[in-house]
Amino acid sequence: MNVISFLSAVVQAGTPLLFATVGEIFSQKVGNLNLGLEGMMLMGAVTGFAVGYGSANPILALLGAALAGMIGALVYAFITITLKGNQEVTGLTLTIFGTGYASFVGSSYVGYKLPENVTEAFAKVSFPVLSEIPVIGDIFFKQSVLVYFSYACVVFLGILLYKTKYGLNLRMVGENPAAADASGISVSRYKYFYVLLGGAMSGIGGAFLSLAYIPVWQENITAGKGWIAVALVIFAVWNPYRAVAGAYFFGGLDIIGFRLQKFSLPIPIYIINMLPYVATILVLVLMSIRKSKENKAPSSIGRAYFREER
Amino acid sequence: MRIAKRSELSGNQIALVRLAAVFGALVFGGLFLIVLGENPITIYISMVKGGLGSFFRFRETVNIAIPLLITSLGVMIAFKMRFWNIGAEGQIFMGAFAATYLALNFSDLPKPLLLMMMGTASMVMGGIWLVVPAWFKARFGTNETLFTLMLNYIALRWVTYLQYSLWKDPNAMGFPKIASFGQNALLPKVFDIHIGWIIALVLIYAIYVYLNHTKTGYEIMVIGESEDTARYAGIDIKRVILKTMFLSGAVCGLVGMIQASGISGTLSVDLTGGVGFTAIITAWLSGLNPVMVGVVSFLFAMLRQGGSFIQTAYQIPASAAEILQALILFFVLASEFFLRYKVVLFKKKGRGI
Repeated sequence: MNVISFLSAVVQAGTPLLFATVGEIFSQKVGNLNLGLEGMMLMGAVTGFAVGYGSANPILALLGAALAGMIGALVYAFITITLKGNQEVTGLTLTIFGTGYASFVGSSYVGYKLPENVTEAFAKVSFPVLSEIPVIGDIFFKQSVLVYFSYACVVFLGILLYKTKYGLNLRMVGENPAAADASGISVSRYKYFYVLLGGAMSGIGGAFLSLAYIPVWQENITAGKGWIAVALVIFAVWNPYRAVAGAYFFGGLDIIGFRLQKFSLPIPIYIINMLPYVATILVLVLMSIRKSKENKAPSSIGRAYFREER
Repeated sequence: MRIAKRSELSGNQIALVRLAAVFGALVFGGLFLIVLGENPITIYISMVKGGLGSFFRFRETVNIAIPLLITSLGVMIAFKMRFWNIGAEGQIFMGAFAATYLALNFSDLPKPLLLMMMGTASMVMGGIWLVVPAWFKARFGTNETLFTLMLNYIALRWVTYLQYSLWKDPNAMGFPKIASFGQNALLPKVFDIHIGWIIALVLIYAIYVYLNHTKTGYEIMVIGESEDTARYAGIDIKRVILKTMFLSGAVCGLVGMIQASGISGTLSVDLTGGVGFTAIITAWLSGLNPVMVGVVSFLFAMLRQGGSFIQTAYQIPASAAEILQALILFFVLASEFFLRYKVVLFKKKGRGI
């Protein structure tokens, strides 16, 4: 097995996870645990595919996917922020809704292939200059434009979170909404904005699967990736930079079974395919055992903010 | 305009708000159907007809309602304690796995004995499948939502392994399936419907009594309301969590046995039909009340059966029913706002009340 080609495939497999994880980090940073990632990813995946198929326009396809994720997030935001509904159940419902929506819209596309100019737009291209770097260039800079976009998102959002006033404000909204409110920050506006951002990123993550990764439509294309992304948020301790490592690690686990298939292993392939899920559990358990101050979730997470109730 | 807390509403008012929400969801779904160029009223009527129109369809609806109802009861027990068991799919699979092992290996045992053993094994296995995450939750505070969810995928991979490799029936001419159960491992029928429906009714009663008239039931409620209060009252939280979660998983595990033995006559990857997720909706919609769980599950089963009917009659994908179910829950979740808060309008001069 060629190590470089494997690692390059790992980056590809980790990209949808990376989009969704980083999006969810921001949603949780403002105090909203959105368990609807899987649903929003599916909505993005199927909408991106349908728009790409219908319009043969890659940019429209991507925008459609982001918009679909945002619409899902908007429903969630309205119920949990404005109407102060239960975040867990609303998120779960969003996943059920997204699954239904994807199978409804997708039922007429099963087995269809995207038009060539869409697949070409998202095919691997060498990034100027950087792709010349030995090893690193081959792994990270001979990828789809969407992969480059994911790098840009991580850097941009990381700076936003840690180096700007907005980042400070959004963290305050998640940690102590009453204090944020008192200091003149519009809690609802921040919550809406970042929950919708999370939706858009999940939608793009899903679209990466249907537009770039597997450009033939298939049912349940996400196969639990949205849920793994929720777990990755904990693994990354709400830090977008650490999400990169987590996403690629789990991307690797996702494809390792397929890669190992050609070797006759003593362990059945079905058992190897359990790896990402087993690893997710291990991560959850380990993170909960070594609880430290920095590893904690934003403290208002899961609770709606009601001004008269602080 | 401002929002204020509202005092407790009466049971009737709550029911009214819920009904209004369901109605809202149906109207919204109807608009969606109009966009698709269908007449929503015709579609809704044919969905009801598809669910109840003949004895055959009614029986199909009941067959769908049984696993949904029992699973909803199972997850409901966990939800009472604010423990998000979304691993029902996995518990059903593992319960079915245990029952199938017995059905395939002890097919010569007398029918009542074999069925009893299968039922018990499925409950123990389902219980274990939930006690593991529950233990970590109680000991370390590990996130149970994700833990139970990951166990779903692991259970599904495990059953895939059994079906495609380990237990593949050599007599199926290469077709990947597990051998069918012998006569002794099949659930008997009453009124032409397998006895799962009797089990379901008994469970509604048993769980109602357990939650409302026993000490543990009371403790579960207190823990669900506030863990601090429970600790202060001297409740052994960890013990109650483990006990309750075992029960929740066991009830879901039993569904696996009922489906394998009453419906498909074997174990397969299609056994659950997504019931573990729909059960979350039904449990929540019924306000975590066992009797309402029965009613809501039946209505949802009708919707589902009606959904497959409109698929054949109008070429609308059956997943339309799934979307409608999620819409109903969205509307109900939104409506809960009006149970807890009221919107007060300021007078123009700013004399707020």
